[in-house]
Amino acid sequence: MANSTTEKTRVVQAQPASVMAVIAPAVGWLIPGAGHMIQRRWIRGLLLFMSISTLFVLGLAMQGRIYKANGGDILDILGFVGDVGAGGLYIVTLAMDWGQGAIAFATADYGTKFIIVAGLLNFIAVADAYHIAIGKKR
Amino acid sequence: MTITLNHFSAAAVFALFASIVFGITHRETTREMVRYGLYCFAMFLGGVLVAGWAMWVLRR
Repeated sequence: MANSTTEKTRVVQAQPASVMAVIAPAVGWLIPGAGHMIQRRWIRGLLLFMSISTLFVLGLAMQGRIYKANGGDILDILGFVGDVGAGGLYIVTLAMDWGQGAIAFATADYGTKFIIVAGLLNFIAVADAYHIAIGKKR
Repeated sequence: MTITLNHFSAAAVFALFASIVFGITHRETTREMVRYGLYCFAMFLGGVLVAGWAMWVLRR
């Protein structure tokens, strides 16, 4: 009988929820890549931290705008949701009153999108940290 | 401090970091992560070039 179990179709049985399944995503949201580092995936965590943080900081340096909690235009709400994904970076930016945006710079719009995408990528990283914590991924 | 990137540089930087994150989070082994990351990077930049030329054709 042919062995139908291949690397791509391998199904990993997820473990029941554990403390790490709560802590890793929470820490990973607060500090990009930290959810992986506390599970001893050091290189992955470091690369995630460098990539997400660099995108966020570059976005600020390009005079991008930070969205605050709002109940207005749908795009503003989505912008806020994306920004909040960056966790601690977003909190620090709000506290320091950065990210006011500058209409005068043509690349400010790129900066705004960089910040949003950094947050969204961190959401993906958080989900990955969770999957590692529950044993669904190595 | 203000950084100014031209359009292609901004797209390349975006593609680089997004590809790194995609590679890490969407694959299991190191080899697969690197391959998928490179694939994503090629698709991002290729898409930028294709979209740019498509807009040029549309504008003509």
